[in-house]
Amino acid sequence: MFNKILIANRGEIALRVIRTCKEMGIKTVAVYSTADKDSIHLKFADEAVCIGPAPSTDSYLNMPNIMAAAEITNADAIHPGYGFLSENAKFSELCQENGVKFIGASPEMINGMGDKSNAKKTMRAAGVPCVPGSEGLLESCEEGIKLANEEIGYPVIMKATAGGGGRGMRIVWNDDEFREAWDSARKEAAAAFGNDGMYLEKFVEEPRHIEIQIAGDQYGKVCHLSERDCSIQRRHQKLIEEAPSPFVDDELREKMGEAAIKAAAAIKYEGVGTVEFLVDKNKNFYFMEMNTRIQVEHPVTEEVINHDLIMEQIKLAAGIPITGKNYLPQGHSIECRINAEDPYNNFRPSPGVIEVLHKPGGHGVRVDSHIYAGYRIPPNYDSMVAKLIVKANTREEAITKMHRALNEFIIDGVKTTIPLQIKLMEDEDFKAGNFTTKFMETFKF
Amino acid sequence: MDLKEIQTLVKLVSNSQVDHLEVDKKDFSLKIKKNAPKTELVSVASAPAPVAQPSAPAASSAPLAQTESKSNDAASGVEIKSPMIGTFYRSSSPDKPAFVEVGDEIRVGQTICIVEAMKLFNEIESEVAGKVVKICVDDASPVEYDQPLFIIDPS
Repeated sequence: MFNKILIANRGEIALRVIRTCKEMGIKTVAVYSTADKDSIHLKFADEAVCIGPAPSTDSYLNMPNIMAAAEITNADAIHPGYGFLSENAKFSELCQENGVKFIGASPEMINGMGDKSNAKKTMRAAGVPCVPGSEGLLESCEEGIKLANEEIGYPVIMKATAGGGGRGMRIVWNDDEFREAWDSARKEAAAAFGNDGMYLEKFVEEPRHIEIQIAGDQYGKVCHLSERDCSIQRRHQKLIEEAPSPFVDDELREKMGEAAIKAAAAIKYEGVGTVEFLVDKNKNFYFMEMNTRIQVEHPVTEEVINHDLIMEQIKLAAGIPITGKNYLPQGHSIECRINAEDPYNNFRPSPGVIEVLHKPGGHGVRVDSHIYAGYRIPPNYDSMVAKLIVKANTREEAITKMHRALNEFIIDGVKTTIPLQIKLMEDEDFKAGNFTTKFMETFKF
Repeated sequence: MDLKEIQTLVKLVSNSQVDHLEVDKKDFSLKIKKNAPKTELVSVASAPAPVAQPSAPAASSAPLAQTESKSNDAASGVEIKSPMIGTFYRSSSPDKPAFVEVGDEIRVGQTICIVEAMKLFNEIESEVAGKVVKICVDDASPVEYDQPLFIIDPS
């Protein structure tokens, strides 16, 4: 087992990893930028080292700085959290070269899944259902139009192969729109990702975003830990996640679980990961992408299968084998991502000082957060300040509990998304489980 | 050295301008350090400034501590802080002499130390000219970003 883990991240996930390391008796090193010198997780780490100024590129994304920190503290493993360098193949390779274990995927796995059009090719070859689309990148606009008319059928979506976060994407409904969108999409992709390669997919209308948590050990065994429903998203950013999905029955879970295991086995996946699917109203599911890291919403899976996923992740990285048994959900869990944003002013970020803080508690209520009264939210990073997670026996009880807990959660001094999430818990369609990824587009609050 | 001798030495340091005394004998060594009291008086005078700010009482206690330590160093010179994280070396290799010693006059752009990270040796150049008053870090010690390395008295 590792002696000392360096956590190459910040905020709530850094604290999350430290908590599990303490339980495992593993020493921790926290790294921080000058903007995070008052972060509370530094107090709970065994060592804390400043690695750079506020901008992420000079600190949390700066690979030499993070490796140097591992060097001078003698850390034997690095946990990259999510975001930042967690899916950076170069960093994974750098760790290998320096004899430090990267608690995540190998450079080959990251490269394999990071390039979206490559990933689809690999999945198709493995027999994982994919959204009908182009074989690899489109050579020309006319090739795309031919495919859209003859094979896929409109509406189609053109996507940047190096893309993410909803950028470099255009949905088109006919040939004219296709021609119009082609050049602007490629320009946007080149600017955002330095790569204007585009591929084409059938646009699945009103899909649900349902993902399967998987785990693979170093000996080729893979298992699944059931699904999470993350359809409630605003501009491709998840707001609410839950496990299990109100749309998935036992049969669909088994089919999707099998497909996710096939996907992971095809690349000999090691560690914890997530396979994302789009599910249409007829319960057809299509591979969308694979995330080779721990996800923000991992707590809802933890609550319904009763295992610490960070602990599993560290054990897998240390070479401990799994049994290969799958895990099915017991009860229901919901998570709200609480961001310091003003939902009534177009979600404008609201950095500032938290003057009064009261976190909700009670049976089945969990708060994963790094904030404290007096904490100044730095403006340099993302706006998520807390994750509020509830667990209950049924979905109905979980919604009631989340509603109660949100109303009890006091964060004064900054604006947060809590008022919006309270309204969501009161919405009849949400309560009935009638929602797709389009839900937030028309939700009135 | 017996207890009485040690007590004499401690008294000597307390009552004088000496703030750092080191005694090295064959079978024992003694180090006595103290902060120069006169600079602390200067920083107390500047303490009222944070209180004047219209902020919550709890918040103003933090700036006080920072002001104290800043004026302590400001009294002695300009800090050169580490621009990166790594291992600090005073010379380019173990058999070469140190780039600078206390008392040396240095110019802008002069190499004053090396910070090594991942087998890359980065020469750190001074951004100020003046006299080296203090070397804050021991040779071959780890340093983090923004950690004070040298104090320079600008001429």
